[in-house]
Amino acid sequence: MKLEGRVWIFKNDDINTDLIYPGKYTYEPLSPKEQASHAMEDYDPDFSQEIKKHDIIVTGNNFGCGSSREQAVTCLKHAGIEAIIASSFARLFYRNAINSAFAIVECPRLVESLFEKIEKTGSTRTDFLISIDLSKGRIFSESREFSFPSWDEQAVQIFKSGGLVEFTKQILRGMPS
Amino acid sequence: MAQTLIEKILAKAAGRTRVQKGEIVFVSPHRILSHDNSAAISKIFKQIGAPAVWDPKRIIIALDHAVPPPDERKALNHKIIREFVQEHNIEHFYDCGTGICHQVLPENGHVIPGTIIFGADSHTTTHGAFGAAGIPIGRTETASVWAIGKTWLKVPETIKIILTGHLKKGVYAKDVILFLIGQIGASGANYKSVEFSGDTVSRMSISERMTLCNLSAEMGAKAGMVAFDETARDWLDKRVQEDYEPLSADDNAEYEKTFEYNLEELGPQVACPHKVDNVRSIIDLPHTNIDVALLGTCTNGRLDDLKIAAKIMEGKSVAPSVRFLVYPASRSVLQDALRLGYIEKLVAAGAQLAVPSCGPCLGAYGGILAPEENCISTANRNFKGRMGCKQDTGIYLASPSTVAHSALAGHITDGARR
Ligand code: SF4
Repeated sequence: MKLEGRVWIFKNDDINTDLIYPGKYTYEPLSPKEQASHAMEDYDPDFSQEIKKHDIIVTGNNFGCGSSREQAVTCLKHAGIEAIIASSFARLFYRNAINSAFAIVECPRLVESLFEKIEKTGSTRTDFLISIDLSKGRIFSESREFSFPSWDEQAVQIFKSGGLVEFTKQILRGMPS
Repeated sequence: MAQTLIEKILAKAAGRTRVQKGEIVFVSPHRILSHDNSAAISKIFKQIGAPAVWDPKRIIIALDHAVPPPDERKALNHKIIREFVQEHNIEHFYDCGTGICHQVLPENGHVIPGTIIFGADSHTTTHGAFGAAGIPIGRTETASVWAIGKTWLKVPETIKIILTGHLKKGVYAKDVILFLIGQIGASGANYKSVEFSGDTVSRMSISERMTLCNLSAEMGAKAGMVAFDETARDWLDKRVQEDYEPLSADDNAEYEKTFEYNLEELGPQVACPHKVDNVRSIIDLPHTNIDVALLGTCTNGRLDDLKIAAKIMEGKSVAPSVRFLVYPASRSVLQDALRLGYIEKLVAAGAQLAVPSCGPCLGAYGGILAPEENCISTANRNFKGRMGCKQDTGIYLASPSTVAHSALAGHITDGARR
């Protein structure tokens, strides 16, 4: 599976779930579109207007730390983000992403190489193009190539099923009733 | 091979004799908890299309995050949950006012050692105080467990933290865990299980251990645990009906890292805006005025926390510039605190007493900050905007003692003259 897009750089570590999706919206039933409109609101208020479909986020360590809220994943997915490449992800964000069949990749070397090109910290929309080959574990960026480790086998299965809802349906079908 | 506590718990929950680090196992929880997010979870559950929930006795729902509901949307959210509870005969439903899920669960005997407690809330790690693995999961995952009763986990590495020495007067479990987060970092235990041990931990009450385990989530931990002992037995015996089988780590179990700290010299700590690992000793803090002081939350809203604050505030008044909010962690805590006179003292000092719930901890209602305001709080997160307003606000995390002293003074202090 190949993904391609233009890069947003979030040059920070520890971007937490409150910055990605504020707590005040968490306990209200909001539509995907409404969720998307609040994406990254407290980190970069302009993000949700400027984002283009298929954009890819590149960010530092421990992305998505904090709350278990799944909207931190789904707001970005609904906003049109194709994938996130980080040096590392917080555990809950990682699981929530896989469960929502949203592509996340850990590749600290690529992050480092793109961070070097941007001086300011915070959020920057760039013209860099990136392509990710999920099955081969390769990223192509600015004429360089990077590799990343594959997910756990279980995660791959869930992702391939289209997320945990679909995966659970398959298990239910196989269960004696 | 010798095993750590999490390895033993996962092996048992998977119906195996042992598991290997890094291996994926399918496990069934003893209980699975959720709160106001249960409406969203029930929607996903419907999508999955299971004919019934896996086990209506093991699914626990407690309403706490927007209690009482401040607006129509949040009220509707609760209504959807009540309907779901009815429809699926969820046996243990704790409606508004019972308290915060992480407090209500153990109080009602749902947490036993040696088991897995899943929770659709990141501070599910709290249940590690009872030698259980409290493991946070997301909403879709919770819906999936409601349907099939199990999910996958990767057997994590374990970090051992050994704490020794008697704490100084005015220094509490909260100071200890803030100090540790400052040392280990916000991602220092990401994907890992943490075992707390040492004589300092052995002397801690269940409430203090809950504070430790609660905040291990802020190091990224998958679980944070204290091994079962007599203190836990005494506490559980009063509340748990069923038999349980505590587990403990083997003596020569393999740890990824071991940290050892002697805490005899530790002073009060404060986590400064906007990260929980931005921790300083209170003596290194510049003069910082506060507008709001919050005593409560799943971290520090228990009886001993209210007692500490009541003792400090007895016969005194909150600074005129400060709104002092008190949110007991549960109805049971509130009742005990009323009976023992703590509430009387706090209210007389100027506290605004609220219904047992999360309150402004998550920034949805109940004491939101205004622009440029500072809050000193006993909670566990100080992210920018966490208390509802991000415009030049600052949240400082500290112990109930520091919060009480600061509420009186109008600025951050542990009350010591220097
Ligand atoms: S008190 Fe705060 S941290 Fe605890 S469960 Fe409620 S919102 Fe979460």
